[in-house]
Amino acid sequence: MQLDKIQKREQLTGWMLTLPALLLLLLVFAYPIGQAFWLSLFTKNLATQLQPVYSGWNNYVRMVFDGRFWETMQNTTIFTCVSVFLELLLGMGIALVLNQSFPGRGIVRTIAILPWALPTALMALAWAWIFNDQYGVWNDILQRLGLIHTEINWLGEPSLAMMAAIAAEVWKTTPFISILLLAGLQSIPVELYEAHALDGANPWQSFWRITLPLLMPQILIALLFRFAQAFGVFDLVLVMTGGGPAGATETVSLYIYAMVMRYLDFGYGAALIVVTFLLLVAAVAIVSFLLSKARNSKF
Amino acid sequence: MSLIQNLKLVHLPKSKTSNYSHLLLSVFVLLVAIFCLAPVLWQLLTSLKVNADISAVPNVYIPKRYTLAHYTELFTRRPFLNYIFNSALVSITSTVLCLALGAPAAYALARLRIWGEQVILAGVLIVTLFPYILLFLGLLQVVQALHLGNNYLALIIPYTAINLPLTILVMRSFFQQLPRDLEDAAKVDGYNIQQILLQIVLPMTVPALVTTGILAFIFAWNEFIFALTFITRESLKTIPVATAQLGSSSVFEIPYGAIAAATVLGTSPLVLLVLLFQRRIVQGLTAGAVKG
Repeated sequence: MQLDKIQKREQLTGWMLTLPALLLLLLVFAYPIGQAFWLSLFTKNLATQLQPVYSGWNNYVRMVFDGRFWETMQNTTIFTCVSVFLELLLGMGIALVLNQSFPGRGIVRTIAILPWALPTALMALAWAWIFNDQYGVWNDILQRLGLIHTEINWLGEPSLAMMAAIAAEVWKTTPFISILLLAGLQSIPVELYEAHALDGANPWQSFWRITLPLLMPQILIALLFRFAQAFGVFDLVLVMTGGGPAGATETVSLYIYAMVMRYLDFGYGAALIVVTFLLLVAAVAIVSFLLSKARNSKF
Repeated sequence: MSLIQNLKLVHLPKSKTSNYSHLLLSVFVLLVAIFCLAPVLWQLLTSLKVNADISAVPNVYIPKRYTLAHYTELFTRRPFLNYIFNSALVSITSTVLCLALGAPAAYALARLRIWGEQVILAGVLIVTLFPYILLFLGLLQVVQALHLGNNYLALIIPYTAINLPLTILVMRSFFQQLPRDLEDAAKVDGYNIQQILLQIVLPMTVPALVTTGILAFIFAWNEFIFALTFITRESLKTIPVATAQLGSSSVFEIPYGAIAAATVLGTSPLVLLVLLFQRRIVQGLTAGAVKG
């Protein structure tokens, strides 16, 4: 009976220690999502004088026929897939380089996480300046190399603006992936490579047979984090292009923000949030499933 | 040991290829460094150029004149000191709060068997994946209901919350690695949980708290969408928002020099943190992401 009492007290203390954090998490994460679900069933905009009027599935029906929504969805998908793919490639390359031993490795490792730590909004300004059509250094370099002869308006052409935004995103978030992959690389025992080399395998073969399979959990985790964050990209695009030119870089998050803050259409904005949330949950579920499979096959 | 020596012997005759691969590695290392640093350095150089050089075509890479005018302009013609103060206040306060709330929760989740532990952990993990755009509308209504618009609390509260999942995950993995013996000994000596936490666990936890605190500070300092939405009064704005709005403030001429200077100022605390605490940041990030 003594033990029972101790356990009960442990329960109580445990909950007392956890509760403040949990309540705050509920307030800041659970409440807004729940609220969006609720509000998405109402029309609340300037036409209803910002009073919520129940309208059932209207907001969702409207979304089906909302061309701008589908365009932003497409932009977001392109932005996310291309940038996450490039980040994975580049992040893997950087992690492999940083895993070698060379003089000054500590410094280079420090430099290599710098982009991740810097404020996205500020670095978006820096990238907008790099891609500036008149004074931008990117045009200048290309001209000096003789690759182009007249300045290119990187942020003014629809397809180029998307490329510029992706470039900035890749620069900013590749370090996150290389940090994760580097940690994974360091946990692979050297003996595996040595044994493989004794069997006559070259480094290229070792990479495919040892490194990649053993890194799968880290790769999937990186994918998971990056996918979710890239899908919700906001600061970078807002500051760099504002969603332009002509909506070519408008992502779902910018559309949601404009719907709420500029058009004051709260009900429809909430419906957009709900759909984005559900899409993310679905994507995360798929990657988590792959992750658990990769982990199980490893052990 | 002999295996490794043999291996080296096997590779010795190929010293030519190893020379090539050495050169190749150096080139790659250089590329990585340039890739990561160039945009930052270019912004730094721009911030020190005179206006004529900033708008020179072709670009000036090695200016003959340098100036601090863009920096002084930020403080004399704009309330930049205010912005720095706001960013620092909001980030530091939320970081401290986050540690104060998150560390005990992490301890409970690591050490005590509480009901629903798995559910809580899963929830905490999922929540780290939420983009903030999904939260801002609901939070906006909370802010309006509580009349917190243009109040530091409108940022401090969400910043504390968005850093809680990472704090809980990192601190929990730290507590799990901590040997239990000391706590058990203290329990035998009749300490209660509060005493154990404050007198025995806390002192050992300082390094992990620093690691987590640095990450929380970085995230808070960099946050954009809440700061953009909940704060409209000029004197309360944080650096990222204020700097982003520098460009749109004047219709005729974009103050590239001032923007560059503001970028450098806004990023420099973080550059310093990275230089000082590179190892801790890497540890914290991998613990938060991988161990979960």
